[in-house]
Amino acid sequence: MRAAPWLTATLFLGPLAAGLAGTLLPAFGYLPALGGDSLSLDPWRALLAAPGLARSVMLTLGSGLAATLVALLLVLGFCAVTQGSAWARRAQAALAPVLATPHAALAIGFAFLVAPSGWLARLASPWATGWDRPPDLPIPGDPWGLALVLGLVLKEVPYLLLMAFAALGQVPASASLRAAAALGHRPVPAWFKLVLPQIYPQLRLPICAVLAFSLSVVDVALILGPGTPPTLAVLVLRWFGDRDLALWFPAAAGAVLLLGLVLGAILAWRLGERAVAALGRRWIATGHRGGQALLLRALAPAALGLLLAASLAGLAALIAWSLAGPWRFPEALPAGWTLRVWRAQSAEIAGPARATLLVAVLSTLAALGLVLAWLESGAGRRLRALVWLPLLLPQLAFLFGWQVALVRLGLDGTLAAVVWTHLLFVLPYVLLSLADPWAALDPRYARSAAALGAGPWRVFWAVKLRLLLRPLLVAAAVGFAVSVGLYLPTLFAGAGRITTLTTEAVTLAAGADRRVLGAYAALQAALPLLAYALAAALPAWLHRHRQGMRP
Amino acid sequence: MTQPTRRALLGAASLALAAPAWAQTPGHALLAADWPAVQREARGQTVFLNAWGGDDRTNAFLAWAGGRVQALHGVAMRHVRLRDTAEAVARVVAEKAAGRTQGGSVDLIWINGPNFLAMKEQGLHFGPFLDRLPNARFIDRLGKPSTIVDFTVPVEGLAAPWRMAQVAFIADSARVPQPPRSMAALLDWARANPGRTTHPQVRNFMGVTFLKQALHELAPDKAALLRPACDATLRPAADALWAWYDQLRPHLWRGGRAFPANGPAQRPLMLDGELDIYISFNPAEAAVAIANGQLPETARPFVLAGGTLGNTSFVSIPFNAAHAAGAMLVADFLLSAEAQAQAADPRVLGSPTVLDLAALPPEGRARFAALPAGPAILPPEALGRPLQEPHPSWMTRLTAEWEDRYGR
Repeated sequence: MRAAPWLTATLFLGPLAAGLAGTLLPAFGYLPALGGDSLSLDPWRALLAAPGLARSVMLTLGSGLAATLVALLLVLGFCAVTQGSAWARRAQAALAPVLATPHAALAIGFAFLVAPSGWLARLASPWATGWDRPPDLPIPGDPWGLALVLGLVLKEVPYLLLMAFAALGQVPASASLRAAAALGHRPVPAWFKLVLPQIYPQLRLPICAVLAFSLSVVDVALILGPGTPPTLAVLVLRWFGDRDLALWFPAAAGAVLLLGLVLGAILAWRLGERAVAALGRRWIATGHRGGQALLLRALAPAALGLLLAASLAGLAALIAWSLAGPWRFPEALPAGWTLRVWRAQSAEIAGPARATLLVAVLSTLAALGLVLAWLESGAGRRLRALVWLPLLLPQLAFLFGWQVALVRLGLDGTLAAVVWTHLLFVLPYVLLSLADPWAALDPRYARSAAALGAGPWRVFWAVKLRLLLRPLLVAAAVGFAVSVGLYLPTLFAGAGRITTLTTEAVTLAAGADRRVLGAYAALQAALPLLAYALAAALPAWLHRHRQGMRP
Repeated sequence: MTQPTRRALLGAASLALAAPAWAQTPGHALLAADWPAVQREARGQTVFLNAWGGDDRTNAFLAWAGGRVQALHGVAMRHVRLRDTAEAVARVVAEKAAGRTQGGSVDLIWINGPNFLAMKEQGLHFGPFLDRLPNARFIDRLGKPSTIVDFTVPVEGLAAPWRMAQVAFIADSARVPQPPRSMAALLDWARANPGRTTHPQVRNFMGVTFLKQALHELAPDKAALLRPACDATLRPAADALWAWYDQLRPHLWRGGRAFPANGPAQRPLMLDGELDIYISFNPAEAAVAIANGQLPETARPFVLAGGTLGNTSFVSIPFNAAHAAGAMLVADFLLSAEAQAQAADPRVLGSPTVLDLAALPPEGRARFAALPAGPAILPPEALGRPLQEPHPSWMTRLTAEWEDRYGR
């Protein structure tokens, strides 16, 4: 058990080190297999000469920072105005399905909703808009990346909200606000003055992960982002997929540039934090007790409600399209419903669905095993930073080099390679969701069991696991959902041979029949939801005869 | 594969005649083995067919073909769905660079044009294997020369043809009763109907085909297109093309700032009423899509007065394919009358066959005679003889110039 942190570290360090080195070296011209046997700056010259690079970098930075900032402000605003009310709990429950939904499915659903021929335009046409044909508007794929930003916000808000609620549960938020109220401070400004500084340190890591993800995301950018030029990550991926392997060199340089952008953005964010903190201290020092914040009170919940509605309507659009008969613009609903697509696609969809399940179950089980052993051993606290690395680095920056290493090991395209690569992204989330409940378990349970003669294994299996069944299953569901949603790791490690619902849906999103795409994306969204439902239902059923174990 | 089989194959190889000059895998045992030996070795293999996966109808056809080869020959086929054929070529190149000369992960690639040439130039094809396939003798090499010369590049048996393609535009006849019959006329039409036509993005083969179709009409020296592009021949041709395109682009869908990802992505746009005219590579596109509810009933194909480009889709086997025998069996099945008639069925793909129907035995011909016809299919005489594709270098150069001019 004591070896678990070190085993995990090895499993993580291998791909990360091999991956980063395998990207960095070609970025400076070194890749002997392709005739690059000396270091040079040629890849960078080729990268800088690429058409559209400047725009692509601006687009990447703009959309990544905007998505993170908008998501964070919405979450903080919502937390501030709903502090202590029942709305916070309700929002958490309502957002759970969105949290479980993979990015790609959410993005496809969002596109089905807001496109000029999307559901919104259909519902409002022609009676309100006068459109009998879709308007010629660049949505999604607008050159400014607005659709991309919105698509990212849709998914990041529930995640940050969950993190914020978790952080709020660990600080005396209500007591702080009561004290402020006693001194005559209004609750919303007081929340920003007193509560935010307490929870922000715990939000920092999730925010950085969101920032890194938004800057380097590929699947959402392929579905909602512009194409000429696309974001840097998509541009780099294009070069990695070109038949002219000489493009691997500028592609590697581009991946390193992306890494630089992410690190630079995180640094800039930290500087921004300090500036905001300094301004905040001056604001606090003025002693103003603040106003009613009526605008925020109205806006934050409304915006959040809108996001939730858009997400759910997008998911509904996926299902509707997969079941639609003829559905001409501007009809609000299909002329008929049919199972034709599901029947026709059932054989083709079964393979990717099986692969998705298999990879998700195996990587989640591996992650659970490692994390439990790690937590049980109590060792390796310092190693936790390493586990976060895959979430803070752009995936492209190490997946390419890792793929080259996998080819050399003869492992590319194998189930083992895909599960291992998924583990890099699944384990951090499993660790994150299990660490606190594990630490919070009253140690007297274990001591009592030991006093009654139970050995350490029996204590672990019969007491700890039983008591922590609920968070354990939630962690498993989170890990499962993360794995189901992974696009780039599957693409690189799977070498095209292992395809999941996610890789298939993103491929189909380029232009296949909306009915077929709807079916793939709906199934992709359904799997994690089922896992969450199971995680919620199983403890209730297992504990149906144990009054004390019910929530 | 069992050991005795391998020995038998190696023995057969030593008896083989000297390989032709263009052989890329000379002395490969399978190239000398008789067909039953190939079938024996293929049984039980899983063939990874790497094929562009952006068209669900083609995907469905390939899934059907997979089921048939399993039933007929005990060979399983998995369709690796590519976003771009170049991904599979890159994988083979990368495997060669990494020294993997056997057990490669790609068994069969749907390929033509620049991708075929790139693999041929680097010696990455297995073969020549075409004439080892029993069904290859029915190919209409005289009537359909693109089955043996792909984009001006001789195929030399390194790939097996499986479907014909020819540019046909689709117009919604309810909105465009008199479609423009030249690229110059298309410009006038787009001026009068802004935002109602487009082309797929130029990194996609359909998008660059739109440019090549215009190039063929506008280039001062058409014969130069059949030779590799050099600066001296590219400049006058490309200048004429971009002069026309600069005028057209502002009148394209989305103001010429965004483009559909690929050919099939244009179908829903026409169904929704966003597009009135779009380019396709299948004369039966309208008929098939109408039958599947993917295009309005009023969609009709048309071709240009000066003719349209045509080519052939091939499958080729990489030099290091792990399951070359199974891949040969799949390639042969795709050439069978059964598969060709299925592909030609306007309810399935509507792809014109690569076979010479007159050469087929009667039961093979009967499969084609039984296919339905419809008002949305262009008869061969209306379609005209296809124009020959320019050398692949034109495609590569045009894509690069387009990105340089408009992709910033």
